[in-house]
Amino acid sequence: MKYMLLMQFGPQSGIASVDTWSPEDIKAHVEFMHDVNRGLVEAGEFVDAQGLAMPDQARIVRAGEGGVPVVTDGPFPETKEFLVGYWIVDCEGPERAYELAGHISAAPGLNGEPLNMPIEVRQVMAGPPQEL
Amino acid sequence: MNISQPHADDLLRPLAPQVVGVLTRRFGDFGAAEDAVQEALLDALAQWPAEGVPDNPKGWLVQVASRRMIEQVRGEQARRRREELVAARAPAGHSTSPAADRAHETDGDDTLVMLFLSCHPALTPASAIALTLRAVGGLTTAEIGKAFMVPEATMAQRISRAKQRIRASGVPFRMPEPQERRARLASVLHVLYLIFNEGYAASGGLGLHRVELSREAIRLARTLHRLLPGDCEAAGLLALMLLTDARRPARTGPGGVPVPLAEQDRSLWDREAIAEGTALLTAALRRGAAGPYQIQAAIAAVHDEAATAEETDWPQILALYGLLERMSPNPMVSLNRAVAAAMVHGPAAGLALLEPLADGPLAGHHRLHTARAHLLEMAGDIAAAVEDYRAAAGRTAAVPERDYLIMRAARLAARR
Repeated sequence: MKYMLLMQFGPQSGIASVDTWSPEDIKAHVEFMHDVNRGLVEAGEFVDAQGLAMPDQARIVRAGEGGVPVVTDGPFPETKEFLVGYWIVDCEGPERAYELAGHISAAPGLNGEPLNMPIEVRQVMAGPPQEL
Repeated sequence: MNISQPHADDLLRPLAPQVVGVLTRRFGDFGAAEDAVQEALLDALAQWPAEGVPDNPKGWLVQVASRRMIEQVRGEQARRRREELVAARAPAGHSTSPAADRAHETDGDDTLVMLFLSCHPALTPASAIALTLRAVGGLTTAEIGKAFMVPEATMAQRISRAKQRIRASGVPFRMPEPQERRARLASVLHVLYLIFNEGYAASGGLGLHRVELSREAIRLARTLHRLLPGDCEAAGLLALMLLTDARRPARTGPGGVPVPLAEQDRSLWDREAIAEGTALLTAALRRGAAGPYQIQAAIAAVHDEAATAEETDWPQILALYGLLERMSPNPMVSLNRAVAAAMVHGPAAGLALLEPLADGPLAGHHRLHTARAHLLEMAGDIAAAVEDYRAAAGRTAAVPERDYLIMRAARLAARR
């Protein structure tokens, strides 16, 4: 079964900005994320993982008059939770997805303390249709 | 199977454009010929490792691809009959096209024609790259898809649409006319350069499944240089690739984090590639007026010649960037010249040259922030440097580069 693990940030997540971390904190965090990906590949569970560019470059697009795209700034990082990256894993079931999400959530942050950041787990609708 | 035989892949891939050439002249349909050769390559990859390489690999491929092509034509004809449509054209009739018997067409010419066709300016860079890697490089659609991290079906469609576009634009399958040859060669060089850069920068995602695009670009540039030994820019491009790729082993640390030129372990550089690139460049420069690829190769050579970062001949690099800027003005060249100026005349001179770039196409570009951060750091303006490193980190599209920039900012901030 495929799951998408979404890593989100926002003002209410209460996580200290990376700008306040020491070089050692950053190194530990980066290495942790590399290990996560390597572990998923080695376990045969890795499908995809992507980081997204910062939300200040995000744009909201709606079709306007005659289908012409109307582009506006946003979502604004100070007002909303925003997606910073995601993993897609192919694993046994929801318990394993929760286990992986829990592990990622505890990635080291400021002073090497676990971030305990929120990871949203969503099932990808990729199952075979059942006979009804 | 004789294990001392070359790897099936290495043997196959240079044959791909030659076989497409034979089939295109025999059947008169480049798009279908290219598809049939792809099928034949997949057959070969499946059969040769187990059954051994045939005595005449090219003949084998021509035979299998022709059979594939005839099956395809028959299948199409049968389908048309079923649909009670009169076949408006008989593809078999093309076999008598005059080009089929031209004896002077050699394998090398076919490879060159294929390069000109696949890198046609009517194509977008992304589709030209895909078509070149398949039709000339002999890579499979799956391999190309993996290299660009898109599904195989997407890549297959991109290649198919590229061929439709070539057909629609009515470009004949032959060498471009002398008067347009220069412009067409420029787009071939550009596409090969883009393939090399894609592999060299390896910017996308985690880089877990990337095939060696740089190595493939070097192989293609080597082929082009062999086919056009008198062309100085073809030699210059190959030299540029070799002299740049030579630094690859030292370019990244653990986890793919980039190591700046000044901090690289130069003992890891590939001396053989540097020697080959330098020899190519020297020979090309001796033949007359240098073009942009030769100048860029010369800059890479100056870096490669320095035993330590401190010994780098920056005045020469600055002069070369000045030359390049006059020859082909482009903001990225101006940015590099500003960095070289800082190394020669001090950071203030470099920062002054960067200033006007902030109003141009590089405004807000991560490379501009990175360059300015380095120069501000040199100038001792740590607070401003940290700010620019962070701005660059927020704008780059490469994860390893972002990690490097955040780390650099944190190290500087910690020193304050």
